[in-house]
Amino acid sequence: MRITLKIWRQKDRNSEGRLVAYELSNVSPDMSFLEMLDMLNLGLARKGEDTVAFDHDCREGICGSCGLYINGRAHGPLGGVATCQLHMRSFRDGDTIVVEPWRARPFPVIKDLVVDRSTFDRIITAGGFISVRTGGAPDANTIPVPKPVAEEAFEAAACIGCGACVAACKNASAMLFVAAKVSQLALLPQGHAERKERVLKMVAQMDSEGFGYCSNTYACEAECPKQISVSYIARLNREYLRAKL
Amino acid sequence: MNLSEFFHSSFVNRHSSINGMDKPASLYQSSVGQKVLVALTGLFLCTFLVVHLSGNLLLFKQDGGRAFDGYSEFMSTNLGIRFMEFVLAAGFLGHILLGIRVWMYNRRCRPESYVMSRPSQNSSLAARVMFVTGSVVFVFLVVHLKTFFVPSRFAGNIKPSMYRLVSTAFADPVYAGFYLVSLALMGYHLRHGFQSAFQTLGLRPHRRTLIDYVAMIFWLFIPAGFAAMPVYFLWAAHWARAR
Repeated sequence: MRITLKIWRQKDRNSEGRLVAYELSNVSPDMSFLEMLDMLNLGLARKGEDTVAFDHDCREGICGSCGLYINGRAHGPLGGVATCQLHMRSFRDGDTIVVEPWRARPFPVIKDLVVDRSTFDRIITAGGFISVRTGGAPDANTIPVPKPVAEEAFEAAACIGCGACVAACKNASAMLFVAAKVSQLALLPQGHAERKERVLKMVAQMDSEGFGYCSNTYACEAECPKQISVSYIARLNREYLRAKL
Repeated sequence: MNLSEFFHSSFVNRHSSINGMDKPASLYQSSVGQKVLVALTGLFLCTFLVVHLSGNLLLFKQDGGRAFDGYSEFMSTNLGIRFMEFVLAAGFLGHILLGIRVWMYNRRCRPESYVMSRPSQNSSLAARVMFVTGSVVFVFLVVHLKTFFVPSRFAGNIKPSMYRLVSTAFADPVYAGFYLVSLALMGYHLRHGFQSAFQTLGLRPHRRTLIDYVAMIFWLFIPAGFAAMPVYFLWAAHWARAR
């Protein structure tokens, strides 16, 4: 395949960025998107040019490190996959692909396609700990959790914190991320003790980091690689109002 | 807080203190709280639409407007109704000002926009243009009040017949056309707004619920009911001329 890439290049946080075009031939349809970028970087390194910086780690859709805005969509044209799970067979020979970093005030660009997502870490930290007695391992099933509740908590816990929800939202809102993180603990008995305090603190942290407000466009759900439902946002609103009123 | 501060709340230090965060009064300061207030005022305005439409259906009674004039006389003199007018005005004002505030805040959350963005692939147009549709409804509201509310309340002793006022206004194709476009956009505003309000209030556990069907009353049937009025009088005027 022949592919023309238009990639956002930005030297650092304070520099102006711009799209730079690169021509690639011999792209295999079986390559992952990140392998295609590796190939580009190898070529750039051989020519002694500055390689394109992008985040990646596990490359199997579970770490949440990778995240690129590809042709106007978070994680590219497919639904339910992270950028690393996108393959070149999803594009056509001769395509031009525009690659940009996540754009949001709370996600400043560090270099090229890499953004600083430590705002997410601070939201998690604000949530605090759960109260568990340490000591000997308890017997299995000493705390009964109904199967549907466990399933719902688990689906929320599938959030990998990649930031696609923020990237896709027209308001750069982090509601789906916070909703998933609040729900996974609020649903389980172990998370009940600090339930109210946790939701208030996490929402307060989210607000102070400068994320936008939720307009319920549901773009986040459509772009989430883990397909986390916006019904968790309704749950977050419920949890918040219960804690507040 | 002055008006400028109201619309330009700063990002930082708004929540620097966790103390007092659990007080209901501080609801207004949080993102979720502000959206809840937009939702509640919006739903309040929806209840007004039901009352307004049901009363105005008297326009269709074939009695030369006697029933409708009696109804508007009651509405402009009853003390309870006059009191509710102030509550309604507060509801409109709250919804509009909070809506503008939320919109202005959200615009600042992505200072650098994407070179290429395809929002139509992941969200509905109705959800993304709430500010635009809301603004048109606001202009409509001002024109509407100027045509009907102001003469009926501030005309002094010589009160015009409301029925005649309505039938004359809607006989003008331009005016009637403006109503139809505005009502269509109000329906589009409610297409997203009604179900979105329930989502914000945490009362929408699944994507497809009863709320989505009730919403149809508000985004389809109620605007259509209102739209029937200019259509009816436009047609009546045309018929009268043709004879």
